[in-house]
Amino acid sequence: METKAFQRIYTQLMGITKATVTLKAQGIANEELAMVHGRLAQVVKIFGDMVTLQVFSGTEGIPTNAEVVFYGEPPKLKVGDDLAGRFFDAYGRPLFGATEIEGEAREIGGPSVNPLRRKQPSELIATGIAGIDLNNTLVTGQKIPFFADPDQPFNQVMAMVALRAQADKIILGGMGLSNDDFLFFKNVFENAGALDRIISFVNTTEQPPVERLLVPDMALTAAEYFAVQKNEKVLVLLTDMTLYADALSIVSNRMDQIPSKDSMPGSLYSDLAKIYEKAVQFPEGGSITIIAVTTLSGGDITHAIPDNTGYITEGQLFLRTDSDTGKVIVDPFRSLSRLKQLVIGKKTREDHPQVMNAAVRLYADAANAKTKLENGFDLTEYDERALKFAHDYSMKLLAIDINIEVDTMLDTAWQLFAKYFSKTEVAIKNELVQKYWPN
Amino acid sequence: MKTKGKVTGIIANLVIVEVDGPVAQNEICFINLSGVNLKAEVIKIIGKLAYVQVFESTRGLRVGNSVEFQGHMLEVSLGPGLLSKNFDGLQHDLAKMDGIFLQRGDYTDALDMDSTWEFTPMVEAGKQVTAADWLGEVPENWVKHKIMVPFTLTDKYTVKSIVPQGTYKITDTIAVLTNSKGEDINVSMVQKWPVKRAITAYREKPRPFKIMETGVRVIDTLNPIAEGGTGFIPGPFGCGKTVLQHALAKQAEADMIIVAACGERANEVVEIFAEFPHLEDPRTGRKLMERTTIICNTSNMPVASREASVYTAMTIGEYYRSMGLKVLLLADSTSRWAQALREMSNRLEELPGPDAFPMDLPAIIANFYARAGMVYLNNGTTGSVTFIGTVSPAGGNLKEPVTESTKKAARCFYALSQQRADSKRYPAIDSMDSYSKYLEYPEIQEYLNKNISPNWVNLVLKSKNIVQRGKEAYEQINILGDDSVPLDYHDRFWKAEIIDFVILQQDAFDKIDSNTPIKRQQYMLEKVMEIADMNFKFDGFEQCSIYYKRIINTLKQMNYAQFQTDEFNNYEKELYTILNERRVE
Ligand SMILES: Nc1ncnc2c1ncn2[C@@H]1O[C@H](COP(=O)(O)OP(=O)(O)OP(=O)(O)O)[C@@H](O)[C@H]1O
Ligand SMILES: [Mg+2]
Repeated sequence: METKAFQRIYTQLMGITKATVTLKAQGIANEELAMVHGRLAQVVKIFGDMVTLQVFSGTEGIPTNAEVVFYGEPPKLKVGDDLAGRFFDAYGRPLFGATEIEGEAREIGGPSVNPLRRKQPSELIATGIAGIDLNNTLVTGQKIPFFADPDQPFNQVMAMVALRAQADKIILGGMGLSNDDFLFFKNVFENAGALDRIISFVNTTEQPPVERLLVPDMALTAAEYFAVQKNEKVLVLLTDMTLYADALSIVSNRMDQIPSKDSMPGSLYSDLAKIYEKAVQFPEGGSITIIAVTTLSGGDITHAIPDNTGYITEGQLFLRTDSDTGKVIVDPFRSLSRLKQLVIGKKTREDHPQVMNAAVRLYADAANAKTKLENGFDLTEYDERALKFAHDYSMKLLAIDINIEVDTMLDTAWQLFAKYFSKTEVAIKNELVQKYWPN
Repeated sequence: MKTKGKVTGIIANLVIVEVDGPVAQNEICFINLSGVNLKAEVIKIIGKLAYVQVFESTRGLRVGNSVEFQGHMLEVSLGPGLLSKNFDGLQHDLAKMDGIFLQRGDYTDALDMDSTWEFTPMVEAGKQVTAADWLGEVPENWVKHKIMVPFTLTDKYTVKSIVPQGTYKITDTIAVLTNSKGEDINVSMVQKWPVKRAITAYREKPRPFKIMETGVRVIDTLNPIAEGGTGFIPGPFGCGKTVLQHALAKQAEADMIIVAACGERANEVVEIFAEFPHLEDPRTGRKLMERTTIICNTSNMPVASREASVYTAMTIGEYYRSMGLKVLLLADSTSRWAQALREMSNRLEELPGPDAFPMDLPAIIANFYARAGMVYLNNGTTGSVTFIGTVSPAGGNLKEPVTESTKKAARCFYALSQQRADSKRYPAIDSMDSYSKYLEYPEIQEYLNKNISPNWVNLVLKSKNIVQRGKEAYEQINILGDDSVPLDYHDRFWKAEIIDFVILQQDAFDKIDSNTPIKRQQYMLEKVMEIADMNFKFDGFEQCSIYYKRIINTLKQMNYAQFQTDEFNNYEKELYTILNERRVE
């Protein structure tokens, strides 16, 4: 963005906080961009002739006589087919010395889709991971986060899912991504020969946190271009949304807003919803699917960030290390895909819903048996069998290093049922047992 | 002359306007942003400054933009053609908007202003009338939509003239009324009403005395909701609030369903858009969409109109109630409405109450719930608005302001439990924590005993007691171990499990099980209670649990079978074979 000749330059700041500056200026539009002392900033409050700007990279070292130039427009991203295969920073500027792309400049954080113009999602996304495809089936147009402790391999799992998902475009929105993780994504995509399908907007840990606030909107503006104009299936990866929310709280606290739970702004729900609700299935075939990461602290999902996220997204995927097998699994109890109903037993084999439920129920029996064991009680013979089942179920189906077809997952489950249980114990509809029980 | 003003401040969607004349609290104004009008509502006035909340994004707004005040509060249009429509929170018709994306200032009419209707008069010239009296009717879908004396007319009137039967445009004058001062008022099929005020043009509001059947066993059987009653469903995310509300929308015995999707997911509304035009109302066989109106203000739509959306929905409900209809209003989620209030209150820098919600939150919630109810209309017939809202407590903790305030306002409490949801015991309503105050109303008890069976209320209370005792037994077993408790504890636990699996749990996605008519509920409860009264002989607790699992399995098959078909009867026979194996006197 170049400054234009007629633009007025202001040189007297009236106030500076860690994230904002305030000055006297006239004719300024809400949410327009400005350059403050060479740093990008955005108007967040106007009161008479007092204008408050949020400075994305922080205000360290900004003097009261800093130069301020207003751009007269909100943040934009140039969209076009050239976006594909490129890496950008949080402002949408090309990285690695690449040139600016050609295309129409679009306001980011644009309007919402008219709900009547959406289509009900119905297309399954196969990942090969049974903890997902069997128990928590994903659908295009869905929005779902991984809830994981910071030491879980969520970025690896997400990259794997992205590559297997058969999306036309994969857009990575990295927020507070460590440089190592950023390079990991880059390498994985490169090695898979998928670079031409990938677009990245990245803010790394080395960059100022407030910049992150632009990343989801940048990524989703690009996504909307491909989903609406090109009718493509777009998968957007947002990692880590917890760091995004932290940046929100930095800004709102600096603006003296009354914090609500866990020092998060009262508008956290709406702020997150505006991002996640960009996930959509269009009738013309284009779609935006959002897979995000929300890191937890100490597994606490009642914290305001995961809590509000859970209320917005269509389920969540929990990663956990199974102490019995040492494998990282997708936790069948706490994970949930809300949209699975739309495809399981419809786009997949008829026995899918019942097999899925039966296996989880038996796994729960095993969990109860384990509690008994820990409390020093005797196990029944059924308990013993349930525990063995749980071990196999975890190894052969829940572990994230599994890569098989849905039918194979179902067959595997039936084999485990038959190995450890009687037909009545499994309690599946009779006609399905007749058909699928292995002999 | 309209009051005008100029923008002097902008903080997100709170805009400060300096005005040149009188303004009223809650008055609507339009802010002109390069030719686009943004709707806003006055929420605070200090001297010449009006603080308005804008129902749109304020991006691009500048100090100095012009504002025009409208001289009325936020109001909705009421008339034939509201059924089967999909509105946003301010009652703009979503279907009439152009393009894929919602554009600011695209304010479409709620009613089809060119539509014509087949009008039949119900009064003659010379008749004395007051607000809400029926002047005539037009067929709307299958409803006989009453054209009423506008609710805003507070005087007594004489019908001066009324048009004969025939087809008229919705805006045509269909009657002329003369007030006590001798002035004439033209009445068309359309009237307006400010959403934040209750429509009270009815004779009286008695205590509810009937139940509204929902087909959901844990509601109808254990904690019934009254027609004209209020209830709420709090629960952590993913525990089944929306699934339960959708089940109610599909099955409840109501003439009209209004679904207010308030700050929740768009895909959930899309599900209704996709399914309701095809699904049938189980009682009438008509398509569900014919009785449904959707107010859709999803979480990504403007926050201020989210706040308005529940009022829009309630006002439309009250309007149809005045026609003598049974309206069920569902709002998902009322917490999002409360959060919208909180966001604005914070921007206004009001003194915050608990969790930064506004101090008057309890009063706002109580006032809203109070608008529901069964009423006797001016002509003595009844109409009702039954209201059920969901609450999304932060962190799933019910000790938070929205849940606590709602608990004081609503008469039914359907608490969803994380534990039940985790173990897939759906609907995850915790039958012990939940309650229906209506079950304590003598008139409701009488109604139930008269309409279901003479001993019904006792039977229900007894079944609750069994569940309670089963829970206690379970705790003992867990503390002391399977072996160390008397066998009787296991028996008690499993009898409670029968009630849990067969009555409380219900598969919302199974065509048959999802909707249980009250006769069938009665049949199954009596069956289960009959078993609960039986004594069985066991050699050990393992035998006990295996045996009860068989009983439960067979009863569940009955639930999945069409009522009283061969299949159903066969499972029932099988059940008695099993029961006779171990039964002792
Ligand atoms: N009665 C039921 N039968 C079967 N599954 C159910 C039932 N109720 C809920 N579920 C499951 O739980 C999931 C979440 O339910 P639902 O969307 O109603 O939760 P919610 O309480 O509305 O959550 P949120 O607060 O996040 O909106 C559903 O997608 C479904 O998988
Ligand atoms: Mg919900």
